[in-house]
Amino acid sequence: MNEDEIKVKAEVEVKANVKEASSPPVSTLTLTSTFVVSASPHTRSPATVSRIMWLVVFALLPALGGSVWFFGPRSLLLVALSVASSILFDSLAQKAFGRKPTPFDGSAVITGLLLAYNLPPGVPLWMPIIGAAFATIVVKQFFGGLGHNFINPALAARAFLMVSWPTYMTTLWLKPHGGPLSGLDAVSAATPLALVRRAAELVPPDMNLSELLRQANSLAELKRLFIGNVGGCLGETSALLLLVGALFLVILRVVDWRIPAAYIGTVIVLALVLPGSHLMPWFHVFSGGIILGAFFMATDYVTSPITAKGRIIFGVGCGLITMLIRLYGGYPEGCSYSILLMNVATPLIDRLTRPHPFGALRKRQVAA
Amino acid sequence: MFTFRGGIHPREDKEATEHRPVAVLPLPARVYIPLSQHAGAPSRPVIKTGDQVKTGTLIGEPGGLISAATHASISGTVADIADLPHPLTGRRGPTVIIDSDGADTLDDSIAERDYSSFTAEQTIETIRFAGVVGLGGAAFPTFFKLSPPKEKPIDTLLINGCECEPFLTADHRLMLEQPAGLVEGTTIMAGALGVKNVIIAIEDNKPDAVKAMTAAVAATGFKVRKLRTRYPQGAEKQLIKACLRREVPSGGLPMDVGCVVQNVGTALAVRDALRFGRPLYERVMTVTGPGVREPKNLRVRIGTPVKSLIDFCGGYSTEVGKVIMGGPMMGIAVSSDDVPVVKGTSGVLVLDRAATLFEEHDCIRCGRCIQVCPMSLAPLRLNNLIRRGRLEDAQAEHVKDCIECGCCAWACPARIRLVHQFKYAKSELAGTERKQ
Repeated sequence: MNEDEIKVKAEVEVKANVKEASSPPVSTLTLTSTFVVSASPHTRSPATVSRIMWLVVFALLPALGGSVWFFGPRSLLLVALSVASSILFDSLAQKAFGRKPTPFDGSAVITGLLLAYNLPPGVPLWMPIIGAAFATIVVKQFFGGLGHNFINPALAARAFLMVSWPTYMTTLWLKPHGGPLSGLDAVSAATPLALVRRAAELVPPDMNLSELLRQANSLAELKRLFIGNVGGCLGETSALLLLVGALFLVILRVVDWRIPAAYIGTVIVLALVLPGSHLMPWFHVFSGGIILGAFFMATDYVTSPITAKGRIIFGVGCGLITMLIRLYGGYPEGCSYSILLMNVATPLIDRLTRPHPFGALRKRQVAA
Repeated sequence: MFTFRGGIHPREDKEATEHRPVAVLPLPARVYIPLSQHAGAPSRPVIKTGDQVKTGTLIGEPGGLISAATHASISGTVADIADLPHPLTGRRGPTVIIDSDGADTLDDSIAERDYSSFTAEQTIETIRFAGVVGLGGAAFPTFFKLSPPKEKPIDTLLINGCECEPFLTADHRLMLEQPAGLVEGTTIMAGALGVKNVIIAIEDNKPDAVKAMTAAVAATGFKVRKLRTRYPQGAEKQLIKACLRREVPSGGLPMDVGCVVQNVGTALAVRDALRFGRPLYERVMTVTGPGVREPKNLRVRIGTPVKSLIDFCGGYSTEVGKVIMGGPMMGIAVSSDDVPVVKGTSGVLVLDRAATLFEEHDCIRCGRCIQVCPMSLAPLRLNNLIRRGRLEDAQAEHVKDCIECGCCAWACPARIRLVHQFKYAKSELAGTERKQ
């Protein structure tokens, strides 16, 4: 039972001073009540925090299946370690800080899943454990727990691992096989984005596009990218399986379509107009982590804006930073940094996009 | 379809009573009639302990400019004028206790009459002394809404038959059972205001009421408008926006945009006052909820203890969690079923224990409260400000425009008691203003 709920066990003394001939004189009437009394509304929608979290977990599962298919059971092991250690560290930190541990609210499971999905499938087994500790203890619980962290815990942990062990995080790609027991035998295979970048750097601007770029822009490559039979982070490669889950969340209105739409829309537009982009827009959208990032990480409630307008600005910002990093920055991929940077900008966006109250004067009217 | 921004669609839960004709609650043996049942100043008592009163006898005259009269709802003896807690606010105030003589003798002033020669002033004065107030819940004195100042010309009368609160079906039944009376009352009010444009607004979940009212207004030129079923469609400002595309300014009243809104029950009370000289001493309300054995629509004398209504509906069926005067979204939970129903009571809802306890979590910033707020406020920001004691900042972000509809708190997955915070902030701010 909720201790805050105002339980009235009121003993209301009513001095009615009723003098009646027919019934015995009552001078003091004592009413005892155990009705619950609290402010309206007295009913709530079916949506709860943990229900929302578990729906997101559910929507992330198809991509896990894909990952096991493409990269082998090692994916499952990394995900299991990441999820288990997220739950464990989250609860331990809550206990240490005197909060009520909430291992089953689903939020630590999401953090664990997303963290694992952002790791190359070849990383050593201790990496997701270190990452989960950083995500839940430092990023989430140091700042007050669920709802109070200002950047996405899984992405922050990825960035932390990236600067701590850059070689592991950028070279331990596995070559996807499309068979259940494949992957382990493969040595490193670069991600499509990294390949293309390296190729583009070798090609002087005045020359024709290399054969590699022509391949990258081919329909066969689009199909490969869409299905996810390419090198990449553990859970980011299959656009198809991610979109299945994402569609489910958009239909249930768990995630707002505005953020992914603005994000992906911006990427497409910039791929067409920015100088230096030799790739088709769809290559940019389906390679790297944009689908995973746009639908599952940029839409993280806690670290994204609260208004419709703010969410569009957020999505556009993510798209812009992603493309700037991809085309002109030092990394082949910019998805996770773009989201982290926009996370930091979120309080500002919220401030700029406050809703206009019903019936309040517009600025024009105030001036007039 | 006509509608407004934001809002929610909670479970309607109207099946239990929407097809049940209004039944009459047997006369109570004793009634408790608070002299403050309306917005504004309480009525001034005009009787004393020991007086004999008849049903409809004036017991309190309007106590100020914005006030309403109060009448005896049964015939009998005034047992006491006691200082009792108000059923809705809990504040103590004078309450007239009447013991029934069982005869239900009507006051001599109650008789059918021809009011066709009444001037607008006479009509308004009649409504004032008949104690008619808004029966939608807010209980604002009706005569006051019908006498706007000269500088606020009125062009439209909106009759509110939305009944957007879940569970409640009293207005629905009135539209089905007394459409002619309702149209007569509407005609009286339109005449008093001097407006031609009259819209009767009904949500599309009551197609039978739309049909009945459309037939009833055939010869009048009034319009029946079907609105999308969406809570809070029946909130005054949202209704005006949906029907007329006009936005009542922040801190303003419907008359600022040339509009007057009256509930369907109020229209009937106006008809009764004019045609039969019958003051407002009874009203129709819905007694319902999972905690009531036989939910019903009832015609109830003002001042009847809630317990009598529950008993007539077969008693409680479960361990009672909450007893609510009004609907689940905006009703007031009462601490005892000894409290009387008042003019603004549109229903009595009983919820079982399991349905009333919600555990509050930290905000996860999902933004649902912002999406659903029909006043376009930012409830989560207001909540943060109020909890930090920054009431002036909350005021700057329009907390006073909150209509307490409860959409934000309903939609909140963290179950944060947002409306509780806003009510607190509004009353604190009002208190500060009074001091200054």
